[in-house]
Amino acid sequence: MAQILDMPQLSDTMKIGVLQKWRKNEGDKVSPGEVLAEVETDKAVMDFEAFDEGVLLKRLIADGASVPVGTPIAIIGKAGEDVAKLVEEAKARASGGGAKAAAKAPEPAKPAPAAKPAPAPANGQAAAAAKPAPAPAPRRAPAAAPAVQAAPAPAAGTKVLASPLARRLATDLGIDLRNVQGTGPGGRIVERDVKAAADGGGVNGAAATDWHAAEEAPQTSAPRVSSAAPLPAQIVPDRRTEARPAAAVPAEDIVKPLSMMRRTIAERLLAAKTTVPHFYLTADIDMDAAMEFREQVAQVHGAKLSVNDLVLKACALALRKIPEANASFTEDAIIQHARVDIGMAVAIEDGLITPVIRDADKKTIGQIGAEARELAGRARDRKLRPDEYTHATFSVSNLGMMGIRDFAAIINPPEGAILAVGTVRKEPVVKDGKIVIGQRMSVTLSCDHRVIDGALGAKLLQAIVAILEKPISLAF
Amino acid sequence: MPRTVAFREALNEAMVEEMEKDDRIFLMGEEVGHYDGAYKVSKGMLKKFGEKRVIDTPIAEGGFVGVGIGAAMVGLRPIIELMTWNFSFVAADQLINNAAKIRQMSGGQFTLPVVFRGPGGSAHMLAAQHSQSTEALWAHVPGLKVVMPANPKDAKGLLKSAIRDDNPVVFIEGEVLYADQGEIPDGEYTIPLGVAEVKRPGTDITIIGWSKMVKIALAAAEALAAEGIEAEVVDPRTIRPLDEELLVQSVSKTKRCLILEEGWPFNGVGAEIAYRIGRRCFDDLDAPVERITGADMPMPYNHHLEQQCIPDVPRAVAAAKKLLYIE
Repeated sequence: MAQILDMPQLSDTMKIGVLQKWRKNEGDKVSPGEVLAEVETDKAVMDFEAFDEGVLLKRLIADGASVPVGTPIAIIGKAGEDVAKLVEEAKARASGGGAKAAAKAPEPAKPAPAAKPAPAPANGQAAAAAKPAPAPAPRRAPAAAPAVQAAPAPAAGTKVLASPLARRLATDLGIDLRNVQGTGPGGRIVERDVKAAADGGGVNGAAATDWHAAEEAPQTSAPRVSSAAPLPAQIVPDRRTEARPAAAVPAEDIVKPLSMMRRTIAERLLAAKTTVPHFYLTADIDMDAAMEFREQVAQVHGAKLSVNDLVLKACALALRKIPEANASFTEDAIIQHARVDIGMAVAIEDGLITPVIRDADKKTIGQIGAEARELAGRARDRKLRPDEYTHATFSVSNLGMMGIRDFAAIINPPEGAILAVGTVRKEPVVKDGKIVIGQRMSVTLSCDHRVIDGALGAKLLQAIVAILEKPISLAF
Repeated sequence: MPRTVAFREALNEAMVEEMEKDDRIFLMGEEVGHYDGAYKVSKGMLKKFGEKRVIDTPIAEGGFVGVGIGAAMVGLRPIIELMTWNFSFVAADQLINNAAKIRQMSGGQFTLPVVFRGPGGSAHMLAAQHSQSTEALWAHVPGLKVVMPANPKDAKGLLKSAIRDDNPVVFIEGEVLYADQGEIPDGEYTIPLGVAEVKRPGTDITIIGWSKMVKIALAAAEALAAEGIEAEVVDPRTIRPLDEELLVQSVSKTKRCLILEEGWPFNGVGAEIAYRIGRRCFDDLDAPVERITGADMPMPYNHHLEQQCIPDVPRAVAAAKKLLYIE
């Protein structure tokens, strides 16, 4: 029987997919594993593969179309099947917000994208799907904390109860209803509750934390009173966009609609910077020995290592040494990660991405270097799989190659810290009572104070400095 | 100078004034002539207009309602009095199949300028067969206009408009309202059909009621005002055509809506109004539209049980407070 294929959720944070290019024509036979289309997610261009044998009977969207996850995009079935009814159903669903995917529990633990389209829903389900359900963006859960990852998507029972008027007022006033205590029957939020929230400065808990809350909610195993279902994700950016009327933009300015990557960067970094209490520790590292070490490796092994490779390895070893700093904050507990998975920020066209070197503490510096280059190459081609850029426990951001002396990076939640690496600079230093030319590198560690206190952060930074200044341990 | 008259006198004035102007108008019904009307609405009219224009009929609603329809079809403008609307059911075929449909089925060749009027609703201990609100039945039928005045001024102005209307009008007079006194303007005036009226302005909740429920609504509003709640009472006056705009305007302002209806709940007029309010005011509502209706059962004879079946002030006040989320 013919069935509708939906826009799959190909990454944890994917909410909208762009169908870049169909690879099959209507009428083409497809077999499991064959690529139907290329889909651009918020992070990468990925292949959308067929899961069933059949014929691509109908394409419902064109090349270049951008649709929310769960929106019908194609009909697959036996040759010659009548698809008129399914097309109708797909249209109805698409116009209803295409939120079917939202009903699926996110599965952040699974590296493989859960792309298998569910069979066409029965009418009742289709009707239910007409209401835009929350599309929870599952936050990257720490790899070592399966219990936390297994937190279910918000159940229907936890939805925000609010009168239509309260909802409208909340939208007008920019108040997040999840932060409002309802006083009506069954906790229904009514007009007076929204007004009270507005009067009582409830606005501060509103717009600024929307994204964070939307991402937090699915991960919280014991839901807070206020952390009911997240709003439909699309609603929030709409409200923000409305706040900046396009008409106010001068004619000569270039208006670039947000790409999915920019949207994701905006929401994630805003959430990180506004909700994670950052503090910063900066140290100067004497890089003479490390640069010498790098030279020797090149001479002896013929292998070219970058400063970044040294830093990655040093961080991995330091995190192994100070495991308390290899940790994430959650609502209920601090998760100290068993593995050391280090993300490295890679600048790519129109944004950045953070591929992850898994078990970096167990890999040789040569392995790390090779893997880093390979991942960065594929990152620039936007060919990374979601499991290759999610679930790091710590990150490194390096702008040294661009001559930056020092800077402070924004933590990539739920990681506990990130190291910002500056350039290796030659400068006069005092060594053995004499002024000589030395090599120095400034690094700044940004820490989530909920997980890493000042002294712990300092210990981690101290360890990183010590390893780079006595680089012999990098060789093992 | 406004004059104070009783509800029944206002109706009488409306008929007399119109009949004086237009000799095509006549009144027909049980006891309308020599007895001056079962409720004395037609008092003095036989004497004034004679037996040709004020006609006593046998107890045969199916007959004289039909005669009225026929007379209207051939150019007269009858007023047909039903002793009460409880007796209209034997004439239901005439009202539904003829009065409501002939204008449309004849392609407009016939107009039906006929008014069917008489008392409706419960009075006091008249039991199940004589204590019924029939507006929902008639308003259900496309082709009939349904008018339900709440006070003498509205009664006179609306009845005059009903008599002048070229369509069949069901005019239901609250049986317990006949003795109510009220001011009416001096001289000629009419009130158009299909125009509601705010009977009491307010800001916190809209209470919609018609006929004698307006009195309950106003009394409830007074009780609420004592607690600092300003209820707006809106009287549609005409059930069909319904002045949806004014109702919507009011509820959009107050955000809450309570409907008082003497009739049964299922498929009631209140159900239709609630639907329209829900559709038009959805984003304005802070609570679901609430109804207080007559009990969903035949009216008991027993006085205490009867009182339990009719919407009253305490229940209206309680419902209003519930809509305002006040314990």
